[in-house]
Amino acid sequence: MKHTLSVLVENKPGALMRVTSMFARRGFNIDSLAVGPTERHDVSRITLRVDCASTTLEQIEKQMHKLVNVLRVQELVPGEAVERELALLKVAAPPSKRAELMTLADAFRARVADLGADSIVFEMVGSPEEIDAFEELVRPHGLQELGRTGRLGLARATRPSRKRSSPALV
Amino acid sequence: MNGADAILRSLEAEGVEVVFGLPGGAILPLYDAFARGTTVRHVLARHEQGAGHMAEGYARASGRVGVCVATSGPGATNLVTPIADAWMDSTPLVCITGQVRTSLIGTDAFQECDITGITIPIVKHSWLVQDVGELPEILKAAFHVARTGRCGPVLVDVPRDVQEAELEFSYPESISLPGWKPPRRGHPRQITAAARAVAAAERPILYVGGGVLNAHATDELFELAERGRLPVVTTLMAKGAFPETHELHAGWPGMHGPKWSNWALNKADVIVAVGARFDDRVTGKLSAFAPGATVVHLDIDAAEISKIRHADIPVVGPLKPVLAELTRELKPGSTDAWRAQIARWKEEYPLRYSEDDTLLKPQRVLELLQELTAGRDDVVWTTGVGQHQMWAMQYVLCDTPRTFITSGGLGTMGYGIPAAVGARAARPDATVVCVDGDGCFQMTQQELATAVLEELPIVVVILNNGYLGMVRQWQDMFFEERFSQIHLTQAVPDYALLAQAYGALGFTAETPDELREALEEALASGRTCVVDARVDPREHCFPMIPSGAAAVDTIEFDASRQEVVA
Repeated sequence: MKHTLSVLVENKPGALMRVTSMFARRGFNIDSLAVGPTERHDVSRITLRVDCASTTLEQIEKQMHKLVNVLRVQELVPGEAVERELALLKVAAPPSKRAELMTLADAFRARVADLGADSIVFEMVGSPEEIDAFEELVRPHGLQELGRTGRLGLARATRPSRKRSSPALV
Repeated sequence: MNGADAILRSLEAEGVEVVFGLPGGAILPLYDAFARGTTVRHVLARHEQGAGHMAEGYARASGRVGVCVATSGPGATNLVTPIADAWMDSTPLVCITGQVRTSLIGTDAFQECDITGITIPIVKHSWLVQDVGELPEILKAAFHVARTGRCGPVLVDVPRDVQEAELEFSYPESISLPGWKPPRRGHPRQITAAARAVAAAERPILYVGGGVLNAHATDELFELAERGRLPVVTTLMAKGAFPETHELHAGWPGMHGPKWSNWALNKADVIVAVGARFDDRVTGKLSAFAPGATVVHLDIDAAEISKIRHADIPVVGPLKPVLAELTRELKPGSTDAWRAQIARWKEEYPLRYSEDDTLLKPQRVLELLQELTAGRDDVVWTTGVGQHQMWAMQYVLCDTPRTFITSGGLGTMGYGIPAAVGARAARPDATVVCVDGDGCFQMTQQELATAVLEELPIVVVILNNGYLGMVRQWQDMFFEERFSQIHLTQAVPDYALLAQAYGALGFTAETPDELREALEEALASGRTCVVDARVDPREHCFPMIPSGAAAVDTIEFDASRQEVVA
């Protein structure tokens, strides 16, 4: 089962390495990982996608809590969180195929970021699942290069998130 | 003052009595500060690994944070084994390493090594000090993190120019660690639930691990056991946490635990795990471990709850108040029938070995040591890792906390001698006995020089069977007697002569009489001694639950299947 974890860490040297090293050492796999700044300059957010059983997820959360640089661990529950990803896709685009590609891009709200003689770079922001779908559709046209940021997420403004940040309460 | 002085002023402010270390290039400014004067005693080890294990032995014997110092590069990497050992056994340790100048970091400079990177998986936290102004705060944080929550090692890496830089020193009263919030109390409802489960149990047992020592909660454990009349099994790490001559003590669980102890743990209906982590050496085959038992798990580390065995009633919190509250809540029932059953098993399955007319039996050495030290609370034991360690667990009885110091989780051969030196620094009143194997002895024997010259006398008793004995036992039992690369020989080196070369007393014993004489003299000498006890190399350690097997598969001593090949 796939889970998305949103982890706030102190913005200190090695903080990311401590988190990823813990995953590696304990044999937990990371599907995707996105790191970046938050509203506080001294705090970074790591968004992790993991594929594991719920008992393993509980162990991951508890092990992360033990890291001194980790401030908060929260599972983003589907439906209760906004999840987005940015992708850049360079697709082969001879003039004869351009119209078709543009129509596809339109349907997925992907933008043209760059246009060359025989290829197009699309940029797309959407749910990771939407990007998966767009990727599959353009692949037969010749997907030359692909870069994805990995999933980013925040709990929805409209619904309280499921908090799982305090194992000390058990 | 400079950063190096600030390190010593910080150690003094933490009340550190002694550090164990070895100088080198990148840590020279700190050693210069030692030369300028400090109240902190420095014990000069012969190898950084020795310094690390000494700090561990000190921490285990004293209940305080152990401190060790090494230089950059190879000095720091030599600390990796003690750090990993302290990590596995939750020993509070502050390791201070020198690092090359900040301008050289990343350039593959002489004796440069990314020790903070190397140790990330085996420390609670580490710091590479970038600015001398941060040093006092970082050291305060280092001691705080090492000893709060689940104890363990931390590392502070200090570049040489940071040690030399000037600062206005003041040791902070408090520090801000927003991400470090160990639990401060157990949940009252969970404790009530735990008390009910124990009260309702017909066959309750306390399964006690090293956490109870780190929590300084042995008195509370004693109260709980007495109030509930609860049998207690103590793991290797908890040996001594509950008096072993007490009627409620039910021995030691695990691979080489007596059968009656494993029976008691495996047939219990309620297991109260106290600062224990269901290690594979205790549980054996997990699916067959204590089937049907309700598990109450008390631990400061939430991550241990249901990590291995599902906890029906978890209580996360510091053990001292948790055990005290549990004792208050407990309405004890009768455990007479259950304890009588355990007593019958104890009678039915005693530890056994067969005496030999010609060869000294290793078990006999331990029995003799036990006889010569019985009733004394001023004897501290350390061990290496292997057969001798298991025999020491089985035959030596410890009634006082912090008197049995051993490498449990990591199984570090060579731990015994340096740990004994560190323990002696913590307990100058005590006789420190290292029960060692000949393989272990040769891994860290150089620290005999430290013991002699630093006047930290220890008695090393080598169960010298001339083999890597536990490996021999496994090759015999599980690899169809294909012995491979295990023969060390009993004669080389001559341990008694080697002891003398180090300025220690050396004894060689081949018979029970020679042994008694040597041990009596060694224990009374007040000097560092090595007793080379030449024991039967064929002896296996029994009982044994083979790796991955269950308690019902215990292999017991059987005189008829004694190994005959010499």
